[in-house]
Amino acid sequence: MNDVLDVAFRLVIVFAVFMVLPLVVGQTEHKVMAHMQGRLGPMYAGGFHGWAQLVADGVKFAQKEDIVPANADRRIFQLAPAVALLPYLLVLVAIPIGPSEGAVGQVIDAGIFFVLAVMGVGVLGSLMAGWASANKFSLLGGLRTAAQLLAYELPMLLAAASVAMAAGTVSLPGILNAFEWWWLPWQIVGAIVFFVAGLAELQRPPFDMPVADSEIIFGAYTEYTGLRFALFLLAEYAGIVVLCGLTTVLFLGGWHGPWGADGLGWVWTLLKTAILAFGVIWLRVTYPRLREDQLQKLAWTVLILLALAQIALTGIVKVAIQ
Amino acid sequence: MSHLAAAAEQGFLSPTGVEIAFLLVGIVTLGAAVVTVTTKQLVHAALWLVVALGGLAVEYLLLTAEFVAWVQVLIYVGSVVVLLLFGLMLTKAPIGRSPDADSGNRWAALVVAVAAAAALVWVVVDAFRTQWIDLEGPSQGSTRATGEILFQHWVLPFEALSVLLLAALVGAIVLSRKSDSDKEQR
Repeated sequence: MNDVLDVAFRLVIVFAVFMVLPLVVGQTEHKVMAHMQGRLGPMYAGGFHGWAQLVADGVKFAQKEDIVPANADRRIFQLAPAVALLPYLLVLVAIPIGPSEGAVGQVIDAGIFFVLAVMGVGVLGSLMAGWASANKFSLLGGLRTAAQLLAYELPMLLAAASVAMAAGTVSLPGILNAFEWWWLPWQIVGAIVFFVAGLAELQRPPFDMPVADSEIIFGAYTEYTGLRFALFLLAEYAGIVVLCGLTTVLFLGGWHGPWGADGLGWVWTLLKTAILAFGVIWLRVTYPRLREDQLQKLAWTVLILLALAQIALTGIVKVAIQ
Repeated sequence: MSHLAAAAEQGFLSPTGVEIAFLLVGIVTLGAAVVTVTTKQLVHAALWLVVALGGLAVEYLLLTAEFVAWVQVLIYVGSVVVLLLFGLMLTKAPIGRSPDADSGNRWAALVVAVAAAAALVWVVVDAFRTQWIDLEGPSQGSTRATGEILFQHWVLPFEALSVLLLAALVGAIVLSRKSDSDKEQR
């Protein structure tokens, strides 16, 4: 009975994190973007600096009519938001936040493979939405999503493989247990490749060609309204949380920090994740959108080369220190 | 002999929960695979393929082969199906039925499929006979176990496969180059 309670408790916590952190990132984005652009952002909802703006947005989305276009493929159209969102919830289960046994939803032996595999499934949601909407803009968005995913999946995997080589394990807590501070400079190229490829997979600026509003309205999500649209947005922010959390765990040492290692490890994890999320927002405000050919070129001619070089470096150092 | 004894201990008539789940997932997988090849809606076929491949991954998980299961999801669901969908979108797959999504070769295809399935089932049955996996003990399909087996016992097939893939890669580059020079000739 205790086991069942334990599992249920962990799942509830993971679900709560899944519901809260993306909203926090979203609200931070509102405010950070506003201040970087010399304005205030939401100020009214909830009183203090518009903290409840996203709650109000959620209520608004829930009230909107749920429209399915007449020519759309109904069932796939309706299923797509769930397919886009659920994988991030699953990934969150495997990310360790602190050093103790209880600080991870579920220890998974092949952790890296689990998180990358399940994250890859999420993109199917965008493809389904793009095709099933019966809209040319949506189809174009879906096409761009697929092309982008195919290009950026490889460097992401290679960068993750480099860490797995360094640690000698593919389990996420195992990697963190093996972490030393000098991995930071050693794996820095892999970290950048992983983070950039992850951004591209989330279709965040400057890699937001699939949803380029000035060209194809909102890409695969053009025809969506109400709650289903909100689910896609939530998937994007959940994706930011997952990507930043994963980069923290794989490359930045997760719960390791200069001090306060015992008991305060989770603070370090959250702090690093938050700083990375801030970086994601910062990039959105500062960088123009890459063109489709620039996107592909960056992935195939720069990121894959860098990732392969990182793997070679990892291998050499690994052999040298043994 | 010991295998036979193990089989006798396990028995076929009192299946455990895992065995029942394995069977049910297997039925779903088979059904999804059949729908994949029979449906006339092209994109639905690709999505049913996702169900079939995902079902296979669940089967691997139930057999404690965790590593193989996640690699299955990563490669097949995450990449191969995305590539398929990309191709379907490029060919402007219609919403609804495609009238020409039918082949005159379907009987030949059925024969080949049945023959391939029979050969595979025969090989698997012949190879494992009455072996039972102990699902209670430590995972026998962990990443460590898979890696040790792969790079000690099966390293030659593994290397041969990578050479094959490399050849395919070079071939793809050559083919795409060729169409470039065709353009110049025109």
